[in-house]
Amino acid sequence: MTETPARTDKPTGAISDFGIDTTSQSTGEAVRDYFVRLRAGELGSLPALLGLLALVIVFSLLSDKFLTLNNTTNIISQGAGKMIIAMGLVFVLLLGEIDLSAGTASGVCASVMALHYVKAGNLLGAMGTTVFWVFSIGMLVAAALALIMRIWAGAVLALGAFLIAVLGVPQNAWYEMLLAVCVGAAIGCITGFLVSKIGMPSFVVTLALFITWQGVILQFIGQGGTLGFRSSQVLYNVNNGNLNVFGSWMVCVIAAGGYAVVVLGEHYSRLRKGLVTQPTPIAVGKVAAVAAIAIIVTVLFTLNRSPNPQFVTIEGTPYVVPIIIGLLVIGTYVLNRTRYGRHIYAVGGNAEAARRAGINVSKIRASVFVLSSSVAAIGAIVYSSKVASVDPQAGGLDTLLFAVGAAVIGGTSLFGGRGKVAHAVIGGLVLAVVGNGLDLLKQPAAVVNIITGLVLLLAATVDALSRRRAAVTS
Amino acid sequence: MSEPLLELIGINKSFGPVHVLHDVNFTVRPGEVTALVGDNGAGKSTLIKCVAGIYPMDHGEVRFRGRPVTIHSPKEAADLGIEVVYQDLALADNLDIVQNMFLGRERGLPIWMDESSMEQAARETLASLSVRTVKSVRTLVSSLSGGQRQTVAIAKAVLWDSKVVLLDEPTAALGVAQTRQVLDLVRRLAEQGLGVVLISHNMADVFEVADRISVLYLGRMVADLPIKETTHSQVVELITAGRSGDLGLARPEQVTL
Repeated sequence: MTETPARTDKPTGAISDFGIDTTSQSTGEAVRDYFVRLRAGELGSLPALLGLLALVIVFSLLSDKFLTLNNTTNIISQGAGKMIIAMGLVFVLLLGEIDLSAGTASGVCASVMALHYVKAGNLLGAMGTTVFWVFSIGMLVAAALALIMRIWAGAVLALGAFLIAVLGVPQNAWYEMLLAVCVGAAIGCITGFLVSKIGMPSFVVTLALFITWQGVILQFIGQGGTLGFRSSQVLYNVNNGNLNVFGSWMVCVIAAGGYAVVVLGEHYSRLRKGLVTQPTPIAVGKVAAVAAIAIIVTVLFTLNRSPNPQFVTIEGTPYVVPIIIGLLVIGTYVLNRTRYGRHIYAVGGNAEAARRAGINVSKIRASVFVLSSSVAAIGAIVYSSKVASVDPQAGGLDTLLFAVGAAVIGGTSLFGGRGKVAHAVIGGLVLAVVGNGLDLLKQPAAVVNIITGLVLLLAATVDALSRRRAAVTS
Repeated sequence: MSEPLLELIGINKSFGPVHVLHDVNFTVRPGEVTALVGDNGAGKSTLIKCVAGIYPMDHGEVRFRGRPVTIHSPKEAADLGIEVVYQDLALADNLDIVQNMFLGRERGLPIWMDESSMEQAARETLASLSVRTVKSVRTLVSSLSGGQRQTVAIAKAVLWDSKVVLLDEPTAALGVAQTRQVLDLVRRLAEQGLGVVLISHNMADVFEVADRISVLYLGRMVADLPIKETTHSQVVELITAGRSGDLGLARPEQVTL
């Protein structure tokens, strides 16, 4: 995948040196090169995408309700929360660590948010004096731990949670969502401290916290109770509301246009500097494909997908779509273009090498937990918005497995060093399709679980086999 | 003989009751390859780690370009221009050549790395070392051969305007052709004016590329002479017994009290 307009005259080195870096490759060669790499085991997300396609075809054949506009939007809506948790988990998985508490931690965040709303901002009354002060001191402790580790963002957010709680901020959906994220960051600071500074294995720490947070949720909500926030239009709209037609097209233009700007901008900038880049037709092709998909999807979203079109109009891109796209863009940018992201890959690939290169390995290790829990909080806002309530099962076992499974199915390695945020999106779609399809076919929970487990097993097998192939052919 | 780049004078290092280095003098000159040889346990790695800032020295003086310096950490050593290529290479397999060479010292802003400048610099460094076997600086390190990885590790050391490069057993795990590549590279480093220290067990390699040879025996520097003035068997004697003819430690009977 190379192209330079003219061969740069470098006096040193033979022509064959850096051959790939300085000689052109036509479009045909680039395409053939891609297939060569595929056969050599570098599959990337291809298995997940093909799997998704296969599942869509199978389910649409088995159920005529599957491919309706309403149902496909439902798939996105159902999978969005866990997909977001998976996106945060990718950062932890890249280090070869795991966050088993991601699910229930997100549940804690959602329950604090709902509690604040339901009790009109009076957390002290809602939790009871002891619990409230334990909670607030906990936030302060988290902020202090973050300061010790010099993770400033974590300290600021944890402090924010403390202030919102103690200052008795009035009921306000936006503050409540901010509170959820801040509590998430605080939980992440605690987890990160235990893993990186105390040096406990992340599996053990997060398993213990998984159980702890379940207890905390129960304490906040009460056995058998739920906290409903249907009356909050903002909170309800997160996962149930849609943009209007104009807004939907704005999202389409910004997403497709942004992608075009980034890809073509980098392409031509590299050409100008005489560096290697993919052939122009391929870059243009990618941009065109993304634009086409965005336009088709937006057209479909803006159609009326209501099951009762005469009575109710449901149209427009759901709010969760730009939320997911936004998180995807930010996450991918951080991992690809920032020093921090580069260091995450390095620590995941060879922590000793990173340490000798001067990278603060323990700070990186702690920070990914802060990140993962904060993003999990956003996921919690999304999944609890769907049912406009939080119950003591929030973020339970299913949520966690879906999140980890989504990342793995999409192509992220559990051993660290390999993965992208996009993997979580693709894997999340696969699992959401499986769940939704089996539900439409009225399959019992037993069948759903078995099939979901088999899908995950299949994905892990493909991953393992492709890596063996790559090791043999490289 | 040019002015020394790095001089270690009277270095002593103990680990608890074990006195590992005794009054070691060691000199590195620019444009020269100095081989540091000795049997296992002679103190070679300890000496290197003291120079690299990993272990503090108990006593002794270090002079860099004539100026006395103290080296407390790897960062201070790197700031002086001392780079070490460890035996395990310290490369991240999941990153490519450019990313590995700039690991920890990426160019550009923290939130916007300057990829193109790093890529060009990496290519130029490798080209300046006449590296012939790397097809693209964007290949992942995991798909490189042992010799190529060693090359990348050495090029990484060269990239940072280093003056002294210490190579710990660079050809230990390599085959014939790959060893050839690395030894050529070592010579080229010296030709560029760097002071190169080569730790090796392989006498053939040492006699091929080194200009001087320093022999450690049980923590003492027993010989420090130009390669031309010695032979293979003499060096082996120095390594195993600490003396060879007039060279090395004096015989016990000849020590006067």
